[in-house]
Amino acid sequence: MTIEEKQQEIIDEFNIYDDWMEKYEYIIELGKDLPIIDPDKLTDDRLIEGCQSRVWLDAEVKDGKMQFSADSDAIITKGIIGLLIRVMNDETPETVAKTDLHFIKDIGLQEHLSPTRANGLASMVKKMKMAAIQATINK
Amino acid sequence: MSEGTKRPFSVREIREEFPALRQLIYNKNLIYFDNGATSQKPKIVLDAINMYYSKDNANIHRGVHFMSQKATTEYEASRITIQKYINAKKSEEIIFTKGTTDGINLVAYSFGELLSAGDEIIITAMEHHSNIVPWQMLCQRKGLKLRVVPINKKGELIMSEYDNMLNSKTKLVAVTHISNTLGTINPVKEMGAKAHAVGAKILVDGAQSIQHMSIDVKDMDCDFFVFSGHKVFGPTGIGVLYGKEAILDSMPPYQGGGDMISKVTFERTTYNELPFKFEAGTPHIAGGICLGKAFEFLSSLDMVAIQKYEKELAEYAQDMLDTFEGCRIIGEAKNKTSVVSFVMEGIHPFDIGTLLDKQGIAVRTGHHCTQPLMDFFGIPGTVRASFAFYNTREEVDKFIEAVEKSINMLK
Repeated sequence: MTIEEKQQEIIDEFNIYDDWMEKYEYIIELGKDLPIIDPDKLTDDRLIEGCQSRVWLDAEVKDGKMQFSADSDAIITKGIIGLLIRVMNDETPETVAKTDLHFIKDIGLQEHLSPTRANGLASMVKKMKMAAIQATINK
Repeated sequence: MSEGTKRPFSVREIREEFPALRQLIYNKNLIYFDNGATSQKPKIVLDAINMYYSKDNANIHRGVHFMSQKATTEYEASRITIQKYINAKKSEEIIFTKGTTDGINLVAYSFGELLSAGDEIIITAMEHHSNIVPWQMLCQRKGLKLRVVPINKKGELIMSEYDNMLNSKTKLVAVTHISNTLGTINPVKEMGAKAHAVGAKILVDGAQSIQHMSIDVKDMDCDFFVFSGHKVFGPTGIGVLYGKEAILDSMPPYQGGGDMISKVTFERTTYNELPFKFEAGTPHIAGGICLGKAFEFLSSLDMVAIQKYEKELAEYAQDMLDTFEGCRIIGEAKNKTSVVSFVMEGIHPFDIGTLLDKQGIAVRTGHHCTQPLMDFFGIPGTVRASFAFYNTREEVDKFIEAVEKSINMLK
């Protein structure tokens, strides 16, 4: 599946909900279900301090593909992280660096990624892309 | 407006005057419980903003033409309205600022110029960052010592500690009248009297009190009182610093520019009289005039009845929240008002705030610019519902239902 197909798949999943609370119920379930980072990786150097919720991000390259894991102390933030990782994982650094994550806007969650939102997600996406750019330089 | 013309308090009638309250958010009737951050505006203020820019817009002071004189008259009339409302001795003691933060910075800079190394400033553990950081900057600049009055677990100042801190080196006590996070009402009159006894001055941060209770600076006997216009039903970008005339007179200007001078030559400049000495540049004219309208509006209200109503509303909300398992109320001072801060065990405040928003309810989540206070309680933040007189019991009921729904989704 291409990164664009993954984005489209998420958009389709969210299209079945017409109520905001249902959308969030789904995000919360994603947040609850996902063990997305090793507990021993919840370290200060991986911490992105938002004003409200905190996010931990770990990025590595395995067999030429980006592998992200992340966590947050807020479950909604964690659910959205789950979506971001689903889209970005197992992609080449070049793809991660250049992909426009339009699905966030398409499913109506762009407010969570605005730089003023202070839940750490905007910084997390930036860090994911920076890690990917770094990986292309290191090649 | 005189005492006799105050209208009996009716929440239904008052709501009619706030157009912003009548709107749908995500298809739900808005419930606005973020009054601690900013208040909505009554029609009298909105009309005045519109009128000013549609008809009266002109620069004030020294203009010879009709419009400039009209704007000047209204701007200065507003100063007098505010002076009377807070019972200041003279209108010269009312300095227009950008807001509370600006007022505190003005005092920290200008009054701070009169202080010298070794002097002490006292603040409290429940201050907003804007009543911490300007003092830290001053202390660094001048080699002063910053002392912090601790609080107990209920969120009340430990007054015996305050008494112990006061000494001949204390020059200023800067304290919030009402905590924006906890709702605690501090005994500022008593604190002022004790500060004066050692020769210190007191600055009261009224950002969270002016909209909830009647303020009498003469009775309070504070040396400075600061507040923001936008939290008291006026526009953003305008606020007030009240200061006792003799103290303001002894302080050097804060910013240089037009309006604050008496005569300028390249060799020497002499400064204008109060209040203009502290009002460099073209001020927020519309803001000043419309803030006056907000105070005209407040003057027509029975603040005693309102204070009682808001306190009951907050207590009702707190009692209802208390019935939820795992709910912890942050701030349980005996003397508190208008604010209910809480955390739910195992649930992040951000998650509750996000779900409340989607149910049309505006609350604030996070540290409320009081990070040291969050550290004291060992929490990342709280959910804060803060009330105004236009909020209703029915809104609290809907809020409680929405909190319950959110908790069930997040558990």
